[in-house]
Amino acid sequence: MFLLSLLIFVPVVYGLMLLFVPKSQVKFTALLFSLSTFILSTRLFREFDPSRADLQLVEKFSWVKAFGINYFVGIDGISFWLVLLTTFLMPITILGSWKAVEKNTRAFHANLMFLQSALIGTFLAFDAILFYVFFEASLIPMYFLIGLWGGPRKIYASVKFFIYTMFGSVFMLLAIITMMIMTQTLDGGGGMSASLLDFYKLDIPFIGGTLINSQTLLFFAFCLAFAIKCPMFPVHTWLPDAHVEAPTAGSVLLAGVMLKMGTYGFLRFVLPMFPEATAYWSWLLMLLAVIGIIYGALVAMVQPDIKKLVAYSSVSHMGYVILGLFTLNEFGVTGGLYQMLNHGVSTGALFLLVGMVYERTHNREISKYGGLAKAAPWFTICFMIITLSSIAVPMTNGFIGEFLILLGAFQANSYLAGAAVLGVVLGATYMLWMVKRVFFGSTGELVEKYNSKLEMNWREGAVIAPLIILVFWMGLLPNHFLNWSKASLEHLLQNKNNYTLSYVTESTPSINGKKMIALKDKAVK
Amino acid sequence: MSVKLLFSLLFIFPLLGFLFNGVRFKSKNYKLAGGLATAAVFASFMVAVTLVVKLIGMEEGSRQITAHLFSWIHIGDFVANASFLLDPISAVMILIITGVGTLIHLFSIGYMSHDERPSKYFAYLNLFLFNMMLLVLGDNLLILFVGWEGVGLCSYLLIGFWFSDSEKAAAGMKAFITNRIGDAAFLIGLFIIFFQFGSIEFLTINSLLPTTAEVGWFGPMTLACLFLFIGATGKSAQIPLYVWLPDAMAGPTPVSALIHAATMVTAGVYLIVRLSGLYLLAPNVMMLIAIIGGLTAFFAATIAITQNDIKKILAYSTVSQLGYMFLAVGVGAFVPALFHLMTHAFFKALMFLGSGSVIHAMHEEQDIRKMGGLKKYMPITHFTFLLGWLAIIGVPPLAGFFSKDEILWYTYASPQGSKILWILGVVTAAMTAFYMTRLMALTFWGKSRVAKDVHPHESPVSMLIPLVVLGVLSVIGGWIGIPHVISAVLPGHIPNVLEHWLEPVVKNINLGEISVAAEWGGMLLSITAVAFSATLAYLFYGSSKSEMPNKISTALGPIYKLISGKYFIDELYFGKIINPLIDMSKGLWLYIDVNFIDKITYLAADFAAGCGRGVRDLQNGNIQRYAMYMSIGLIIVLSIILLGS
Repeated sequence: MFLLSLLIFVPVVYGLMLLFVPKSQVKFTALLFSLSTFILSTRLFREFDPSRADLQLVEKFSWVKAFGINYFVGIDGISFWLVLLTTFLMPITILGSWKAVEKNTRAFHANLMFLQSALIGTFLAFDAILFYVFFEASLIPMYFLIGLWGGPRKIYASVKFFIYTMFGSVFMLLAIITMMIMTQTLDGGGGMSASLLDFYKLDIPFIGGTLINSQTLLFFAFCLAFAIKCPMFPVHTWLPDAHVEAPTAGSVLLAGVMLKMGTYGFLRFVLPMFPEATAYWSWLLMLLAVIGIIYGALVAMVQPDIKKLVAYSSVSHMGYVILGLFTLNEFGVTGGLYQMLNHGVSTGALFLLVGMVYERTHNREISKYGGLAKAAPWFTICFMIITLSSIAVPMTNGFIGEFLILLGAFQANSYLAGAAVLGVVLGATYMLWMVKRVFFGSTGELVEKYNSKLEMNWREGAVIAPLIILVFWMGLLPNHFLNWSKASLEHLLQNKNNYTLSYVTESTPSINGKKMIALKDKAVK
Repeated sequence: MSVKLLFSLLFIFPLLGFLFNGVRFKSKNYKLAGGLATAAVFASFMVAVTLVVKLIGMEEGSRQITAHLFSWIHIGDFVANASFLLDPISAVMILIITGVGTLIHLFSIGYMSHDERPSKYFAYLNLFLFNMMLLVLGDNLLILFVGWEGVGLCSYLLIGFWFSDSEKAAAGMKAFITNRIGDAAFLIGLFIIFFQFGSIEFLTINSLLPTTAEVGWFGPMTLACLFLFIGATGKSAQIPLYVWLPDAMAGPTPVSALIHAATMVTAGVYLIVRLSGLYLLAPNVMMLIAIIGGLTAFFAATIAITQNDIKKILAYSTVSQLGYMFLAVGVGAFVPALFHLMTHAFFKALMFLGSGSVIHAMHEEQDIRKMGGLKKYMPITHFTFLLGWLAIIGVPPLAGFFSKDEILWYTYASPQGSKILWILGVVTAAMTAFYMTRLMALTFWGKSRVAKDVHPHESPVSMLIPLVVLGVLSVIGGWIGIPHVISAVLPGHIPNVLEHWLEPVVKNINLGEISVAAEWGGMLLSITAVAFSATLAYLFYGSSKSEMPNKISTALGPIYKLISGKYFIDELYFGKIINPLIDMSKGLWLYIDVNFIDKITYLAADFAAGCGRGVRDLQNGNIQRYAMYMSIGLIIVLSIILLGS
């Protein structure tokens, strides 16, 4: 059973099919399609064995033989939840923008499907070129989502988004090609290979304290690409514009999943492939992450636009993720991975909630609100719960992630952790100040005008309910989630300096993992 | 019944109450909402009693009940389970929390009868108790922290309960954010402890404590204690983070009684008593705590003298009394700190509820200058309030006398204490007597200054029962901790029950050789000081209206202005920290984000576009132009070849 390929390509087929569905039924069909993808993805719970740290459910076919490029997909504990996060958010996103998008609904939903396919592909690809293709392909549907269904400055935002991220990817492509050339020396001078598993085996020369050596250069090339994607201070300025102009669905997927492509990249490429450079330069990444946490929070605090505030809060939250990953210890990395999921849930939910109000009032200026709690009490409860998750109150998911990251950071560098803890205070400040101005106090002009229409309806309740359940589930029983990633993360951290990943094909009984790959790799070459 | 079940029930009752009332938050049926919420807390109280009885039945010295509910976080060596520990300390705490909690719930039914959202109110109140029990029962620092933040959240929700008023919503926000500053420090303290001991469980920490105290400020124990103490200053409203508590009075009055007087604000004291073994290893931090506590007690008392809002006076009084508790833990008097925590919970909850009864009767009027002579309209409220007054100013043999006196004695005699702090404590006691007598006199005695259209009336029975019960407790509550020096002269040798009960888990600092005469002398001195200033206040504000207060305040001029303006600390924080921070953030956004980073990216884009434009002009399809390029190229190549050869 080609489960992973199905997960990648079924959405493409769905997307194409949607183009031919009668207009009146597009939304409903898209919802069903995305639900079916989600249900398909839950097969992973049965097929994936969390006790093993190796690569599972592998599918590998030769693609460009001359350069050792394969269609090579697989899954391990690191990508497991990110795939599920993507399939989980999709139906929610579609149901969430039920009323928001009225023009070109066919193209809109087809784009969402294509985007999903590219996102899942990114998380499953274990061939560097294939990864790069998916990584870049995800830009195209997002570019259209922003550029066609976006706000007033959509062209500016979509072009800025596209060029910014393209810029980083170019360096990544260069780095990938360099590494492919390097793989020729592996296994006694065979051909090229673009397999990540071969990249892991490379022993790239590193000289501390200088910039011009292969490992450091490759390290920074990848870092730049992923840092822009995350985004990390100081290359974050595309994000607020992209978010503000994007339609709700675009924002949810952008914040919920696309940003994780960056942090996932750090975890999949940078940490295991360049161990010396990572250890040497981790202080820089951690420092930038902490600056990002504080900077993002401070700038979020003074935003006049709710959506922009949430966008800057993403900068702050992603700072936590990067801080966690570069602590290089179990607490930080586990927390970082968890925070990726948390951010997907809570920021995704925040964008959905902001979208619900925006659909009614067509205005997001904080100063024009006030007293919303009285007009829309159920909506307020939902918003409050998500706010608590976002500011990491215990018993919500955010707390587990943030706590583990700070714990790990304290072990790695207590001064930086001390600075990062300020983010805990500032996070509460910008969120609660916004909540106070939007929901409390006397009735603002927009609330006055749309008073009776502001309460959320059943559809919107159904959109937000699964996210709220996840907030508490992930906050109270984190082991339910972390157990699936534990083996892979432990494997990564325990073999920091000579990380390898092996796999067993389904058809062959697992006698000896390592030998099997060697055989298999040879065979493909 | 199994212990695990009992522990679960303790939490489940208020949680169910919260869920039930929370889901039907729009309901106006205050009797149903309040009745259920009260019943839930009372059920928890009964469970708590059962558990404590079990604890008493156990052998002295090994009184410990633990229950492991489920595994919460387990990453590598870091383990934080949902596990609970009932020992003599937490036993005292849960009895106070659920006991006083039940009374305040009962009181709230009447108090919130006219409110629009009684169900929501009771839901929050139940949620608060749930979190408060997590805080005191957790067997490790992280569960404590869960409760710690949880009570902060409930406090935020309840202070801003009437959120349509922007000021009240702001007060809630201020409370949460100020607490968050403390919480951030708490986390750092927790990290230090974890990396020092490899565990965050109290029992493990206690078993691994080093034997020698640290000198200096940068040892790990000292730093851990310091950061946890900063956390405590947030939750327990000590200098410099006390500013949120006076504003917290924006919430409904029973909330002030429960959260902002009796239970939540004492969490910091509980934390330090819980870790008393660790704190004894950090004498420098102990000294700091004693100084901060003493100063907080003193300055808050000075502010309380000048306030006219009945709840504000009680709020500053609470800050001041919490200062006493910190003074106590700072000088190593952990048992007296817990003792004062308990008696204070009785009499301050009583006074807040009493003020609630008054405010209810006065139709939301809170200015004591517009009251007076309420004694004849509300005799029971007056009488119970009177008991609270006598208890807080420390009239023997009421509750406050014993607890406060023991704190003062330890401040005087402990090796960690100091005479200056002791004097500060006695002066504060005198000031407490002054402002509380002033409050009594202006509210209940003398001539009525009540507005014509207000008709004060006694509160309904459901509100009076809690007052009476708390009144009784304020009288007899202190008898479980009668100091040896007094019990020695009393017939029958009443033992110090509390000290004995806590002995296996908390020990006071060793006082060394004590002088009985000095203890008596100190006691008499503080009683004299209290009697003197209470009489003075009565003369100033009692039956005949005296001109003295006005004269004094005019004579003091700027000093009076400074004190009645609460030392302008809020203005200082806003002017020097918060507003500059906001301005700076705007600057960051405008100058770094929009005008610097973005400008650079535009430049890069322009550069790329410029290059493109330059190259584009080269290929414009003009054949002659191409021919020219070719000839130029040819010339260059030829000249290179020719020159090179």
